[in-house]
Amino acid sequence: MASNTNFEKYKSDGSLQGNLLEWFDARFPATSMWRGHLSEYYAPKNFNFWYFFGSLAMLVLVIQIVTGIFLVMHYKPDASLNADGIPVAFASVEYIMRDVPWGWLIRYMHSTGASAFFLVVYLHMFRGMLYGSYRQPRELIWIFGTLLFLCLMAEAFMGYLLPWGQMSFWGAQVIVNLFSAIPLVGEPLSIWIRGDFVVGDATLNRFFSFHVIAVPLVLLGLVAAHILALHEVGSNNPDGVEIKKRKTPEGIPLDGIPFHPYYSVKDIVGVVVFLMVFSIIVFFAPEGGGYFLEYNNFIPADPLKTPPHIAPVWYFTPYYSLLRAMVWPLFGIDAKFWGVVAMGGGVVILAFLPWLDRSPVKSIRYRGPIFKTLLTIFVISFFILGFLGTKAPSYAFFGVIPGAPVAQLLSAYYFLFFLTMPWWSKIDKYKPEPDRVTM
Amino acid sequence: MSNESKVDCGRRRLVVATAAVGGAGALIALVPFLSSMLPSERAKAAGAPVEVDIGNLELGQMMTVEWRGKPVWIINRNKPMLETLPELNDQMADPNSDKDMQPEYCKNETRSIKPEYMVVVGICTHLGCSPSAKFKHGPADGMAADWLGGFLCPCHGSHFDFAGRVYKSQPAPTNLEVPPHMYLSDTRILIGEHKKGA
Repeated sequence: MASNTNFEKYKSDGSLQGNLLEWFDARFPATSMWRGHLSEYYAPKNFNFWYFFGSLAMLVLVIQIVTGIFLVMHYKPDASLNADGIPVAFASVEYIMRDVPWGWLIRYMHSTGASAFFLVVYLHMFRGMLYGSYRQPRELIWIFGTLLFLCLMAEAFMGYLLPWGQMSFWGAQVIVNLFSAIPLVGEPLSIWIRGDFVVGDATLNRFFSFHVIAVPLVLLGLVAAHILALHEVGSNNPDGVEIKKRKTPEGIPLDGIPFHPYYSVKDIVGVVVFLMVFSIIVFFAPEGGGYFLEYNNFIPADPLKTPPHIAPVWYFTPYYSLLRAMVWPLFGIDAKFWGVVAMGGGVVILAFLPWLDRSPVKSIRYRGPIFKTLLTIFVISFFILGFLGTKAPSYAFFGVIPGAPVAQLLSAYYFLFFLTMPWWSKIDKYKPEPDRVTM
Repeated sequence: MSNESKVDCGRRRLVVATAAVGGAGALIALVPFLSSMLPSERAKAAGAPVEVDIGNLELGQMMTVEWRGKPVWIINRNKPMLETLPELNDQMADPNSDKDMQPEYCKNETRSIKPEYMVVVGICTHLGCSPSAKFKHGPADGMAADWLGGFLCPCHGSHFDFAGRVYKSQPAPTNLEVPPHMYLSDTRILIGEHKKGA
């Protein structure tokens, strides 16, 4: 496995390529990295559909970095108005769309990529919940994953300001103002983040810097940590049993197969299917019906007028609902502070999952009816919270059931699901785990 | 543990001292970088007062001007609008404007210098969206049947009356901010300054 650094160095067969590789391998851990992470990284043989999304998340990361590099060649982070009275940043995005050869494709790949990133990451996280992938000894992988999710949210939020449309401007206005809710330091903190007393050119430029340099560097570092930690302890699987418990005399897990070529080939199938769906959206529905690119964002930013309805992009809406659910002041502090706490807490609480779950088995296959029921309700309420987050606070289902109290109820459920987990995961029934993985 | 006794304590102290001094230096080196993100001198200098001509503002209408990058509304309130204010007192979170959201000279029933002219920053005190005008009574503007007119924030649904006072139990914690302003003549307002500068 990866922790094994005692792979033998490559020995040349006397050919020119062989000699070159031997020279290279003596000076760089090429063979040991190849074997440790790919050809001799033993993954459980029973991976299913849910195991595509980790490699797909890496694919989308590559798409975002490559398209991003080419977008930066034409984009201008400048909030001042051009001769036509249009903000330069907004005009440069339209320039990419209309005048740069193939610019529309690169831009739509990048904007669709943002939604695709969250889609595969949400599915990847749900896989972890299904099969208990966060449980001992994989807690650190899960924590790195939570940090990746936070970074991804920051990256998406700051990227959304760059087109400098109405939703860019007012979305940033709302989120930066969230920080002003923190007692005492809030107001100076939000001014420091904006670099001005209002969202303006200074904000646009620093968000550009964070979006293209700072956060991507952190993301890449965390991805490396996430994968190194995974390869240190080995992958979980749909049965949630440890394949390292039963090994051949050579020390290879009986139920393990080398990642390369078995899973590299399997993942290519996933990549092909993903790229088909991705291409269909990029070519035929890049705006995603207003969910991937909001219609109001085709109007240049106007600091004097908030659009009649503002909502974040779909991937933020469940957490936006948590934010809006808090309308009561507590302990003498404004309700908006508690909204921020709820929104942040909704993400941070995920990191504690490894210690909240007290079930003796990992996988949903062997867990009891309480877990299955509560998880199902959790998924449904996450969808409803997401749906309500796209709607105005006054929204009512069928015009009769008001959405705001429903969102409050489901927000309470979101947190109770986690906070009461130590109790219900313990008393739940469970089936005995098999000795080895099942196919 | 047998090595423990062989540690040269003098050298260990020097190592700790070096690390502490180096760490302090690294922390102090953060200051210029973090400070560079504060509003620049140019941003601080921007924010000159704005002079507005309200001669053409008809009764019951509002206008929006930009001051320090924010919308400032000037509403020429008619009688029915002004009459809603005392009526709404018990529905307001801060009916008497006790919180410091207005200059001292606007801490009155109408939150204004002249009762009819309301001058207020059109930025919701919740998260900074600009509320929409919903001046008509009742459901005509899509509001509840007992709505007496005012403003609704589209982002999180905070309600405000014609004096920019927030209703009870709303996301917005305080009334809308009244900026410092003064009348240069009957039809000209200077927003951003109380008295004539030198």
